[in-house]
Amino acid sequence: MIHSLFLINHSGDIFLEKHWKSVVSHSVCDYFFEAKEKAVDPEDVPPVLQTPHHYLITVHRDQLFFLSVVQTEVPPLFVIEFLHRVADTFQDYFGECSESVIKDNVVTVYELLEEMLDNGFPLATESNILKELIRPPTILRSVVNTLTGSSNVGDTLPTGQLSTVPWRRADVKYTNNEAYFDVIEEIDAILDKSGTTVFAEIQGVIEACVRLTGMPDLTMSFMNPRLLDDVSFHPCVRFKRWESERTLSFIPPDGHFTLMNYHVSSQNPVAIPVYVKQNISFFESGPCGRLDITIGPKQTMGKTVEALMVKIHMPKAVLSANLTATQGNYTYDLPNKLLIWDIGKLNPQKLPNLKGILSLQAGAAKPEDNPSLNIDLRIQQVAISGSPRFVSTYNWATVFSHCSICFSPLCTGLKVSRLEMFGEKYKPFKGVKYVTKAGKFQVRT
Amino acid sequence: MSASSAFNDEKGGSSSVGEPEYGHDPASGGIFSSDYKRHDDLKEMLDSNKDSLKLEAMKRIVAMIARGKNASDLFPAVVKNVACKNIEVKKLVYVYLVRYAEEQQDLALLSISTFQRGLKDPNQLIRASALRVLSSIRVTIIVPIMMLAIKEAASDMSPYVRKTAAHAIPKLYSLDPEQKDQLIEVIEKLLADKTTLVAGSVVMAFEEVCPERIDLIHKNYRKLCNLLIDVEEWGQVVIINMLTRYARTQFLNPNMNESLLEEENDKTFYGSDDDEEEEKEKKAEAPLPRRKPYVMDPDHRLLLRNTKPLLQSRNAAVVMAVAQLYFHLAPKVEVGVIAKGLVRLLRSHSEVQYVVLQNVATMTIKRRGMFEPYLKSFYIRSTDPTQIKVLKLEVLTNLANETNISTILREFQTYIKSMDKDFVAATIQAIGRCATNIGEVRDTCLNGLVQLLSNRDELVVAESVVVIKKLLQMQPEKHSDIIKHMAKLTDNIQVPMARASILWLIGEYCEHVPKIAPDVLRKMAKSFTNEEDIVKLQIINLAAKLYLTNSKQTKLLTQYVLNLAKYDQNYDIRDRARFIRQLIVPTEKSGALSKYAKKLFLALKPAPVLESPFKDRDHFQLGSLSHLLNAKAGGYQELPDWPEAAPDPSVRNVEVKDSVPEWTKCSSREKRKEKKVEKPFYSDSEGESGPTESADSESDSASGSEIGSGVVGSGSRTASEESEEGSESEEEEEKDKKMMTAKKELKKPVQESESEQSSEEEEERKRERKKSKPRKSESDDDDDSESESSRSESEDSESEAEVKKKKKAAASRPPAKPLKKESKKEMSLLDFDDFEPAPPPHVTPLNSFLSSSLVTDLEGLSLSDAALSPATLSPSGAMKSYELLHRIRGEGLSVEYCFSRQPFSPDANMVAVQMQFTNSGAADTKSLHMEDVKLQSGMRVKEFPEIELLPAGETATAVMGIDFCDSTQAANFQLCTHTKKFFVSIQPPVGELMRPVFLTENEFKKEQGQLMGMNELSEKLTLDAECRNEHAIVQRVTAAANLSRVPCGSDKECRFAGRTVTSGSLVLATVVTKEAASAQLTVNCEKMVIGTMLVKDVLLALTQ
Repeated sequence: MIHSLFLINHSGDIFLEKHWKSVVSHSVCDYFFEAKEKAVDPEDVPPVLQTPHHYLITVHRDQLFFLSVVQTEVPPLFVIEFLHRVADTFQDYFGECSESVIKDNVVTVYELLEEMLDNGFPLATESNILKELIRPPTILRSVVNTLTGSSNVGDTLPTGQLSTVPWRRADVKYTNNEAYFDVIEEIDAILDKSGTTVFAEIQGVIEACVRLTGMPDLTMSFMNPRLLDDVSFHPCVRFKRWESERTLSFIPPDGHFTLMNYHVSSQNPVAIPVYVKQNISFFESGPCGRLDITIGPKQTMGKTVEALMVKIHMPKAVLSANLTATQGNYTYDLPNKLLIWDIGKLNPQKLPNLKGILSLQAGAAKPEDNPSLNIDLRIQQVAISGSPRFVSTYNWATVFSHCSICFSPLCTGLKVSRLEMFGEKYKPFKGVKYVTKAGKFQVRT
Repeated sequence: MSASSAFNDEKGGSSSVGEPEYGHDPASGGIFSSDYKRHDDLKEMLDSNKDSLKLEAMKRIVAMIARGKNASDLFPAVVKNVACKNIEVKKLVYVYLVRYAEEQQDLALLSISTFQRGLKDPNQLIRASALRVLSSIRVTIIVPIMMLAIKEAASDMSPYVRKTAAHAIPKLYSLDPEQKDQLIEVIEKLLADKTTLVAGSVVMAFEEVCPERIDLIHKNYRKLCNLLIDVEEWGQVVIINMLTRYARTQFLNPNMNESLLEEENDKTFYGSDDDEEEEKEKKAEAPLPRRKPYVMDPDHRLLLRNTKPLLQSRNAAVVMAVAQLYFHLAPKVEVGVIAKGLVRLLRSHSEVQYVVLQNVATMTIKRRGMFEPYLKSFYIRSTDPTQIKVLKLEVLTNLANETNISTILREFQTYIKSMDKDFVAATIQAIGRCATNIGEVRDTCLNGLVQLLSNRDELVVAESVVVIKKLLQMQPEKHSDIIKHMAKLTDNIQVPMARASILWLIGEYCEHVPKIAPDVLRKMAKSFTNEEDIVKLQIINLAAKLYLTNSKQTKLLTQYVLNLAKYDQNYDIRDRARFIRQLIVPTEKSGALSKYAKKLFLALKPAPVLESPFKDRDHFQLGSLSHLLNAKAGGYQELPDWPEAAPDPSVRNVEVKDSVPEWTKCSSREKRKEKKVEKPFYSDSEGESGPTESADSESDSASGSEIGSGVVGSGSRTASEESEEGSESEEEEEKDKKMMTAKKELKKPVQESESEQSSEEEEERKRERKKSKPRKSESDDDDDSESESSRSESEDSESEAEVKKKKKAAASRPPAKPLKKESKKEMSLLDFDDFEPAPPPHVTPLNSFLSSSLVTDLEGLSLSDAALSPATLSPSGAMKSYELLHRIRGEGLSVEYCFSRQPFSPDANMVAVQMQFTNSGAADTKSLHMEDVKLQSGMRVKEFPEIELLPAGETATAVMGIDFCDSTQAANFQLCTHTKKFFVSIQPPVGELMRPVFLTENEFKKEQGQLMGMNELSEKLTLDAECRNEHAIVQRVTAAANLSRVPCGSDKECRFAGRTVTSGSLVLATVVTKEAASAQLTVNCEKMVIGTMLVKDVLLALTQ
């Protein structure tokens, strides 16, 4: 299916190539470069390109292009999803997915690619199996390796591939058994000029970090699963249990993973945490414009809004911005025409305001359209547990003797009511954290 | 080890090995020699006996390969290390080998023996990896070795090795396509594998090697469906895509009656949609494919049901695969479930969005309703990449209809202000399309677009002009002021396309703007030489049109323009000018055409149709590369059209045979256990997981009655689970073997489901009900025929005289006797009775409290008892019930109906329809009654008595009568509760339009003799494998049609008789079996239509 893979950086250098079948000359990438030239933004390069003999399917991740060459019919999403999985694996192994990191670990990368695809068909994509085959590099290990000449290729065989739970290693051991879950809800919204909600919905995700000994079988139940409208799961979750009982039953992978994504049914009203008063205008005469933005809390349920940030894509004609912010800092990135105002914590007593003059290119026509505001924010749940990192310092197992957790929820009211463990005898520490964030939160002007 | 450092400290690295050894070459200098040196030093490292040095060298070599540099000259040095002990060195050597073996075939052969040794290793993982590398080496000479290795690995103990073998198949195929036949054999073998590990890989191999051999899938179809959920994600995608194609060749189009149904229902009314839904679901649930209207094949249903949960996969490709499967295979009303999943993918990476939106755009053209609720999810954000914006716009345009157009237009209005001009242009076109599609908003859109004409951005104006031109063509009379306005724009607009559009408009509608048009021409004539070609052509056009309508004012201008054009550089323009001059300016030479010039130029032009570029894209399989590119990609397998008639579904039947070796059990016990305990979620269609038969239902358990009901219960349970899980374990296997033959096993799942469906209590209630009713009817009916019909089958081989004798002696006769008489057939006799469907159910009072096992035990006793029809003992499940109202649509109220086959007492010409109402909602339902009955002429309905109150959780039954007038037309009516009305319809299979009559053999022959010629229909058929004996034939025929058995001397012949309910026309059916499986079916009936339909249904029943 996948013939070859080329990794290309932003300036158009092919810095890694891997072929699973016969070698395809890298001149095939020229078609891609051509398309990239045409597109203004790298995001606008069509993900699928047709060349006389091949098809190129590309994903753009972390300033890199993962370009795969296919020769015959294949579902494009299959390739796209796989390429993203490759990028995820690099991220997982090296902490970031950048050109320099890949170049530094080129042998590991190559070994990984070798294991992930066999003749172009995915073979082992579970990070658990891969880690067993090829150990991720650590500083200690690289020192040891250079001294002793040992390798990061695991000498164990990929037994995980034979397992029915390929996502979990067989003999996991921890002295502290912990399971933490972050329920993160993102508000996607479009507000119009007057502040009315054009569209709003909540997407949630449960990120888990599970470090438990042995083969634990976890069951997570919710106070109000009816809220969940559409869900998707990590393969470890048993579909049928969910269908019949609305509980998540799973043997967790070891370490970090995304347990579940969900969408909250649209019947539930979405609380918009902040309001924005904005006025951006450009004058007919004279090369300037005025900007005035104030942000205030709206429906935060008494919680503090943190990490507040406003991003504005300015019209091309805007040359510079001379503004004053009552709180936080602003930067204007000229090449990208991006104004970023980093506010930080929102103080309801003294609302942050950004005001000032925008200067335009001389002679340019007045931009008729106003840029829209993209807002980032974060509302942390001040739950009893605090940050899950602290949890392990207390013996929560004794506090919640019935192995259940109960915190108050925030955004949608989705609440984890119980987390039970079967199959192992010890009592794990458990914690759930709720975070509300702005997802694609946009204010039109 | 870093790549850059690998290159940089090469010197350093080599110095440690021993610099002098290569330093002695003083002549070396420059690039080539350093290259040469570098490799020399690597060779040396590879030759050393330190693993660390070898590793270091291999790492550098791999880094070179990664950068696309040539390292082929190191081949001899590298290949030596193929047997190195160090595992990482070994792996890197493999990497090297796979990359360069093709170029150095001879040397590559040196490594082969190592792999051959590996293939025999006791460790499965080493075997697998040896096979993997061996098959990746593209050297033609080793094809036979590869073939051998693959064959061997395909029957390896370890599923992982078998998986690797499956992966190796396409590799070998691409190396040597000659091997195809042999490889297909291996594929066939691996397809039968029962482990999830192998399934995905072998289907992938199948797709690459022999996608046309769809016949290989038959036997594995059900297994693949059942395994699907446990296969790894990538395999799921491949399997689902393949099964989509498979299903298209094997099943009937679930939407084939769409047009028909739409005609019947009120099209514009929303309810009609729902109605259809019910219709469909009802049909889908009907487990026997014998009705003329569409019935979904249970295997088709199985596929839909088993793929549905995968919509919740985290993998976008899996979700898309399921979505396309549903789009191509599901009944229209069920397709909607995929919308949610696809909308969810819109939050994923932009590439995923891009692909999904393309597919959604295609889907929205065919099935708009499905995405309407998610309209807002397609709203555009300023941060979306342009290509995503344009696709979302496309979807929004496709979704626009009368009800949501105002919201959409408001949304569009904000888009027009966007900074992204390409996107604005696309928005304007979208507005144009909305305006053409939805007449109500045409004027609003037009006004909006006219306002855009004063936009500062020229592109926006130009695009608007083009779109306005198209809109105006639809109704030019009303908009002369707009045309005037546009005429003024010619001074400012410079975009050629827009200028050309304006000129065309003025020319076309010059009669609406008689004063302005000549003036525009004047201005244009002035600037003619500086215009773009496309504008020049339109100027000539305008001139010609004006000359024809207003020659007085424009004659000179036209001539001037034509003269200018005559000397234009562009030959098209010169040609055009010459041509037009000849046409419009009358001269002696000009032919007959000039008379028609006006007609030619000012003919009414049809308004353009603004179509979506995604129209008709769905002939490509959705989600495929070909669909995305809108062009056939290499290796694309066409999605076949639905077959006209369904191919034989029995090809998918699998004989459960020999026990499976231990090693095929791959999935953990624990996991599977859990699944088994869980009842399938979509329990309503549960019964269909098994193969087709269902009429035999519970009575099946009787066949195992010797063992005792308890054991039978558990036995049948495991069997059904097996068919659901598709994988067996030994324990279960053993049990199975003890208990039942393969044939029976196939039937079990159905049995289980049916017994699950109706609880014991309900059954008893039903029995009681039945008991009471027939008593009444018995008296009206001819006593003789009644009793005879119910038991006639037990006496099939007895002579008529005996029958009569028995009738008299029935009460006194010792019950065991008939059993002995036919002792050689004892087993089958029991079977036979069990299979008999339940005609008019008389039930002894005894039965109402007997457990079913006891009933079956007693069955033998009652065999000869005329009063106690044995058939009636087979519990209520024998009647097939159809769904009238699904609980989802009925908001908690679900209604099922069945044809009880008992005479309807108030009117003998009516067919009794027994309805069962279940209130599974939270609230009570009151005053359940029917209304607004819509019938074909001649049909009559006797409504069931109103049900005052149906408390939550309760069940009630009622009987209604319908006189179908001996036709299979549906009876449509509304089912009303105190709050709601539901449109429902009942359509009878032809077999229910008759009632059994008793005839003797002679009478039968006489009647048959009178119904010859046109009234006789004969059809040859091949009996289904499980339908080769008399009992099975009788059982199937009587299940398909409400006929009674006529005694017959020959055991090669089965005869049946009945009369149609309304007109009482005689219906006679004969099945004559011949050698092997062939048989002949003859139906004699006055009513030819009934006869033809009956032939079809019976044929279907016998061949499946």
